[in-house]
Amino acid sequence: MSASPKNQRLVLVAVAIVALVGATLLAMWGLAGKAAYFRTPQDIAAGRAEVGQPLRLGGMVKAGSIVKQPDGVSIRFTVTDGPADVPVLFRGIVPDLFKERGGVVAEGRLQANGLFVADNILAKHDERYMPPQMGNLQAEQKTRETVEK
Amino acid sequence: MIAEAGLAALWLAAALALLQLGVAVAGPRIGDVRGIAVPAAVAQGLLTLFAFAALIALFVRTDLSVQLVAANSHSLKPFIYRFSGAWGNHEGSMLLWVTVLAVAGAALALLERRLPAETIRATLGAQAALALGFFAFLLIASNPFARLYPAPAEGQGLNPLLQDPGLAFHPPTLYLGYVGLSVAFSLAVGALITRDVGPALARAMRPWVLGAWVLLTLGITAGSYWAYYELGWGGWWFWDPVENASLMPWLAATALLHSVNVLAARGGLRAWTIMLAVVAFSMSMVGTFLVRSGILTSVHSFAIDPRRGTFILGLLVLYVGGALALFAWRIGTVREGARFNLVSREGALVANNLLLSVILGTVFVGTLYPIFVEGLTGDKISVGPPYFNAVSGPIVLLLALLLFIGPLLNWRFDRRPNLRRIALPLCVAVLALVATFIWAGTIGLLPRLGLAMAAGLAVAAFLPLVGRHLGRTPLATWGMVISHLGVAVAIAGAASDSAFTRETLTAVRVGESASVGPWSVRFAGVEPVAGPNWTAVEGHLVATRGDARETFAPQSRAFSDPPTETNEAAIRTFVDGQLYTVLGRQESDGRWQLRLWWKPMVTLIWLGGFLIAFGGALALVGRWWRERRQRIRAEEAFA
Repeated sequence: MSASPKNQRLVLVAVAIVALVGATLLAMWGLAGKAAYFRTPQDIAAGRAEVGQPLRLGGMVKAGSIVKQPDGVSIRFTVTDGPADVPVLFRGIVPDLFKERGGVVAEGRLQANGLFVADNILAKHDERYMPPQMGNLQAEQKTRETVEK
Repeated sequence: MIAEAGLAALWLAAALALLQLGVAVAGPRIGDVRGIAVPAAVAQGLLTLFAFAALIALFVRTDLSVQLVAANSHSLKPFIYRFSGAWGNHEGSMLLWVTVLAVAGAALALLERRLPAETIRATLGAQAALALGFFAFLLIASNPFARLYPAPAEGQGLNPLLQDPGLAFHPPTLYLGYVGLSVAFSLAVGALITRDVGPALARAMRPWVLGAWVLLTLGITAGSYWAYYELGWGGWWFWDPVENASLMPWLAATALLHSVNVLAARGGLRAWTIMLAVVAFSMSMVGTFLVRSGILTSVHSFAIDPRRGTFILGLLVLYVGGALALFAWRIGTVREGARFNLVSREGALVANNLLLSVILGTVFVGTLYPIFVEGLTGDKISVGPPYFNAVSGPIVLLLALLLFIGPLLNWRFDRRPNLRRIALPLCVAVLALVATFIWAGTIGLLPRLGLAMAAGLAVAAFLPLVGRHLGRTPLATWGMVISHLGVAVAIAGAASDSAFTRETLTAVRVGESASVGPWSVRFAGVEPVAGPNWTAVEGHLVATRGDARETFAPQSRAFSDPPTETNEAAIRTFVDGQLYTVLGRQESDGRWQLRLWWKPMVTLIWLGGFLIAFGGALALVGRWWRERRQRIRAEEAFA
């Protein structure tokens, strides 16, 4: 193919546009099924979570709710945001800062029976780090506590 | 006094940047560029270096009357972390960024002599404008030298995760790479202003792009290994926004590196190269914005301060918007590049550039999508490995396939691509694919294709050397061969990791054993140990495989300032893979949690990254050496 310079530029521009549109379509297709929504226990109680979809569940670890399972490497605990609770099952070594009344984000999927099966647990990495989503949650809770008082 | 001297140096440097910008704008009426702009750029570089040294001195002495030191250091910290603590925080890392920017500007002013004076003036002006914005950011929103009164008795310490030799030197490497791209950006802007886009510009830009790219490659490779051994989750790439922040400029720089070669050697791809130079540094700034604004959920965004985010966003809009507007306005007047046929070396490089751009686009969309969704609908979402792996994996394989063919094509046009030479690596790839079906029946499609592609590419990488006199082959060609081989090695490592990794998660009593892959691991007990600023429980493991017997001592560490616990994995490398052990917590019934990974060939990932960077370094040295020899010859001929 020996195109004139002008045609060649046009071909290149066309190919570049096709590539960019392709990238966008590819990204949108990927995002449609694979982006994980962040939900609180209240959201789940209100039905704002599809069973079987990737999800991030955020809240506080309810006091006294951590139960170690007989296999030694699984735990069950409850994530709460005050009004609503969600039971969580996790198999693995929990992060160092995972503790009762501490903030937690669990990545996983909701089962039809209401149990949240997590395949990843994110806790605060240190006292200064906290996911922004958790920051909002704590602020909300503080407001609520103040109002309730 | 040290803090005040550092601050004064920064103000002076900012004033010099303003002067340098003024000279560039005023033009030749003021006088020779070299008379004012060059000394201004050099003095700026020295002053910021002084300020950075001052900050390091404050950290090493643990001067608690400085707010930044009090908030991020502790007198009991080992020396090296007091030293590296200087840039293990927001203000310090921004000062490092500005220092690298100013020193790169000084080096550009001193070293670049081949371009016309007009282009150099415009380039130095662009570099000064960049520096000025970041000086303003530092002085107005992030002063690292702010005093704290009264001074506390003790500092708050450094995040223990950052107390690691790898991390002490990882950010400077990345920053050198990020900011090295600023020179390519300034050169592109300078050339657009003077409408002087041609091979000479590409030759001036190439060493900067190559150097920045080598450092970015090393930085990303080192960061990946750090995450792998320090975080204790056995993964080597998490698609964390901060990792993406370093990957995006790397992708753009890789594309730029290839297109700048076309421009330098053949005069083609003019507009595209300028565009990529703008995009590459823009991606560095987007990365800085993402990391420093705290807008994304990330381990790294320790500066959660909306004002700073807004400031950097403003700079981003100003510089990227300005450069793109200039591009749109001037690009029509840039001379037509040399023509080439679509089936040619240039055509293959265009395809390479487009594929890299597509990956860049999908990573960019995936990284920023959560912000847009939250802005538009209020929904909080996260985009993670499932998305990024699914969209980038297939494109990486296509890129690898392109690497078979591209380096074997002729420049300008190739009527009859030498199919016989391509046949050999293709055969190897097909044979490797068949082999994976015979010996590894159950692995996924992507790892399977990856292994086959890696085998073929490893052969294809050497083909450009066939028929050449090896001793007379330019170093730059060797560099290309080694880098492309590195790509094959890294793909092989990544594919093996996802195909063959074995994991065992269990709880064991003292004396009990667990097995992972070919290894049997006996838990011999635990013992308390103490470090300079931490205490730990250390597990003792004895791993056996056949006659081989190895001991492992993973630790669970507790730091007091700030109170934090970390896991120190124990990892050992063997010829055929790595055994990775993590000690978890003790159960109430006395059992200890143990996580074991057997990762065949995983080290190839980082070996590949290192080879890619090494190839780039060879090309850099080779070109420098060649140009020097040519210059000497020309001078001799003149005499």
